Amino acid sequence: MSRRRHSDDSDDSDGQPHKRRRTSEPSEIEERLESLICRVGEKSNSSLESNLEGLAGVLEADLPNYKSKILRILCTVARLLPEKLTVYTTLVGLLNARNYNFGGEFVEAMIRQLKECLKVNMYNEAVHLVRFLSDLVNCHVIAAPSMVAMFENFVSVTQEEDVPQVRCDWYIFAFLSSLPWVGKELYEKKDAEMDRLLSQTESYLKRRQKIHVPMLQVWTADKPHPQEEYLDCLWSQIQKLKKDRWQERHILRPYLAFDSILCEALQHNLPPFTPPPHTEDSVYPMPRVIFRMFDYTDDPEGPVMPGSHSVERFVIEENLHCIIKSHWKERKTCAAQLLSYPGNNKIPLNYHIVEVIFAELFQLPSPPHIEVMYTTLLIELCKLQPGSLPQVLAQATEMLYMRLDTMNTTCVDRFINWFSHHLSNFQFRWSWEDWSDCLTQDLEKPKPKFVREVLEKCMRLSYHQRIIDIVPASFSVLSPANPVCIYKYGDESNRSLPGYTVALCLTIAIKNKASNDEIFSILKDVPNPNQDDDDDEGFTFNPLKIEVFVQTLLHLAAKSFSHSFSALAKFHEVFKTLAESDEGKLHVLRVVYEVWKNHPQMIAVLVDKMIRTQIVDCAAVANWIFSSELAHDFTRFYIWEILHSTIRKMNKHVLKIHKELEDTKARLARQHKRRDSDDDDRSSDREDGPLEEQIERLQEKVESAQSEQKNLFLVIFQRFIMLLTEHLVRCETGGIDVFTPWYKSCIERLQQIFLQHHQIIQQYMVTFENLLFTAELDHHILAVFQQFCTVQCTSKLFMFSLLCG
Amino acid sequence: MCSGGTLSILRSDSYVDLSQYRDQHFRGTRYDQERLLRKSCTLYVGNLSFYTTEEQIHELFGKSGDIKKIIMGLDKVKKTACGFCFVEYYARGDAENAMRYINGTRLDDRIIRTDWDAGFKEGRQYGRGRSGGQVRDEYRQDYDAGRGGYGKTVQCHFQP
Repeated sequence: MSRRRHSDDSDDSDGQPHKRRRTSEPSEIEERLESLICRVGEKSNSSLESNLEGLAGVLEADLPNYKSKILRILCTVARLLPEKLTVYTTLVGLLNARNYNFGGEFVEAMIRQLKECLKVNMYNEAVHLVRFLSDLVNCHVIAAPSMVAMFENFVSVTQEEDVPQVRCDWYIFAFLSSLPWVGKELYEKKDAEMDRLLSQTESYLKRRQKIHVPMLQVWTADKPHPQEEYLDCLWSQIQKLKKDRWQERHILRPYLAFDSILCEALQHNLPPFTPPPHTEDSVYPMPRVIFRMFDYTDDPEGPVMPGSHSVERFVIEENLHCIIKSHWKERKTCAAQLLSYPGNNKIPLNYHIVEVIFAELFQLPSPPHIEVMYTTLLIELCKLQPGSLPQVLAQATEMLYMRLDTMNTTCVDRFINWFSHHLSNFQFRWSWEDWSDCLTQDLEKPKPKFVREVLEKCMRLSYHQRIIDIVPASFSVLSPANPVCIYKYGDESNRSLPGYTVALCLTIAIKNKASNDEIFSILKDVPNPNQDDDDDEGFTFNPLKIEVFVQTLLHLAAKSFSHSFSALAKFHEVFKTLAESDEGKLHVLRVVYEVWKNHPQMIAVLVDKMIRTQIVDCAAVANWIFSSELAHDFTRFYIWEILHSTIRKMNKHVLKIHKELEDTKARLARQHKRRDSDDDDRSSDREDGPLEEQIERLQEKVESAQSEQKNLFLVIFQRFIMLLTEHLVRCETGGIDVFTPWYKSCIERLQQIFLQHHQIIQQYMVTFENLLFTAELDHHILAVFQQFCTVQCTSKLFMFSLLCG
Repeated sequence: MCSGGTLSILRSDSYVDLSQYRDQHFRGTRYDQERLLRKSCTLYVGNLSFYTTEEQIHELFGKSGDIKKIIMGLDKVKKTACGFCFVEYYARGDAENAMRYINGTRLDDRIIRTDWDAGFKEGRQYGRGRSGGQVRDEYRQDYDAGRGGYGKTVQCHFQP
């Protein structure tokens, strides 16, 4: 341990700039203001009301000198801390009561911010701004009629022609989702107008398309809880709210305590707000399905859970989602904030939290945050509430298990990953016997399949014997195989196999650190079962050569991943030569599978390495996955992990080259700019030469990479279509039901390809539509494509053209 | 005026911040080391069991992104695993997520700890304790079945 003392002197002697804070007053004050504003509403010894009053006084005093900073901070909290909406609207209300002009400037700033958010496609943040503005009506900052007028402009977007449905959806959502806060006030002041708006909303909701819904539902069954389309659910909630005469009791409204002050304040009118027009660059939020897994029957001891069509449910869920969005990087803070959500013991908070977290984890197409975050967040929550949360989580797990039969395959994948990782943090303790019902089912059915995959993942996080020890003996049929290597030339009894002697030779040579050339010369003697005469080089596709070499090498390197990677690296030349042709690549993959079929994790890392070192390409992997040799493992989770990982590598590769091209173009542009400003006659276009050549080369590289990417998806889709069509034809001629567990799995895997990679697929839509997803296709398969189009769609016209054939 | 920007409470990313630890064997200035740590894709992983395998580490750390390389920490004398490793990712963002969500969770029933590493160099895969393992295993007094039992100095007291 060094005994150097770290004084300022030694740092300065490095000659590096020492980051010392200069005491600059303005930025310190801004930080202090921001901190004061952000912290109001947190746990405190004083009441929220007195804290707000105090803060309003401080800010009012600071207005003369720091008005623009205060405006900026308040606009930002309105946009980014929606879970504390009413705290900040109250604050603004108090400020407006003390300083009318400030209130006006704030409203103007908010409108500017709203316009800008819409312009840059920040629609989720724009909703928060709209809601904030509407709650300002409750704080007597904004006049109700002007808010209604804004909503009238929002709803009139539904009358626009030739715009994507998702555009109209957003404006309706912004309107409806503000009503829990301000519905009462607006209805009291302008009931006729509100009725008209609600009626226009209703007719829009009736005529909008909902083909996308099945693709986004976590469960296909409607029982016990229907998975509703998000606007349908919100509409039901608002209708119920209206029926209850807009009485809403969950939202914390600090402004009520200040009513006498606030009602003296003068209100501002919102300027007329025209929704910015739709442009080519507009990207609206994708439609959603509301995830529900609990209702009031699930916690009979505790407070009653608000019903699925109650507006309280909507507000609670919105706020909990916002808390996660604010604090996802800080898991301890996030857990603490979730648990301190104001519920006053009137709601079963643990159930809401677990439901909201699973809603995000299972969200289709993708969770808002990386999956592992949710696992760790749930662990933090268990640490903070050890007496109650683990039980809710166990209950949730049990419920998810019970409903596996109708759960979307992608969601099952995530459930497997979550549950196995979670168990590994709790010594794999689980009451497996409770799930003995799955032992009597066909292994392809969802429940036994789930348990098998979970046990396999648990093994990956521990070791084989551990898994055998933690499950009851009856579960051995579902236990994973011992992940050992299968070497076909291993036993003396195999000496009659063709290539056996060469395998022995290779083994000795490799152990003696042979070079690639020596390996080549040993392999030269291997006959080619495919043809009578090799060409001179003897390096055409020779499956036996590949078999002998790959089997032997992988067997020798079986000890660990690192050993296998070293082997691939050392004999890269041999691999490249043997796998030069497409058939060669496919055969290498086949042999890898034969050797390591007990160790799917090893197969996955080897395939990854072989793609990265260009021993095989992505298309070869796709063809291998759909090959008959793998049919037995086709529905296993690891296969799809490999395929999606392969697609992601392809996508990253394209992006990387594209970026290189853009960077080089930018360099050329800068060079031009420098020359233009140089006024130097001596500089000439000659200098552009190398860069221009580079750009041309990169352009070709990009086109080639994109072509490879498009081809990869073509292969995948083609193979899916072949496989599914075979099954459909077989069922039809045999008169059996199409919907076998295999078929459900396969169709959902196809959907998964569309959903997980929708942005890329969108680029090549025309090709896919013309070549593959034509009207001649079986309607079962075509439906998947059409559902995808409506989810992805950015043009109403395009969608109609698809539906009309 | 009011568009863009964020709040410092939302910028907080404490799991990704540098710890106090600096490698004393690092060749270069403190500033160089910190610069490397701030853009590193490599994590040091500590408090592993001696029996934890590369496969287990790959499965766990693969949850935050694609792993480029894992280098197991070895006892300098015995050349066997001695309870630490390096995990290198292709992308910095994946390493950051590991710091946020895998650091402080369990592997092989042990709470593991991750920290930024300035980058693997040959020789750094070996323990720096006098007996060949990690320094922490030289002097500790407790019994840890996953890390060779008692600390080395304690073990010495049992030798005749």
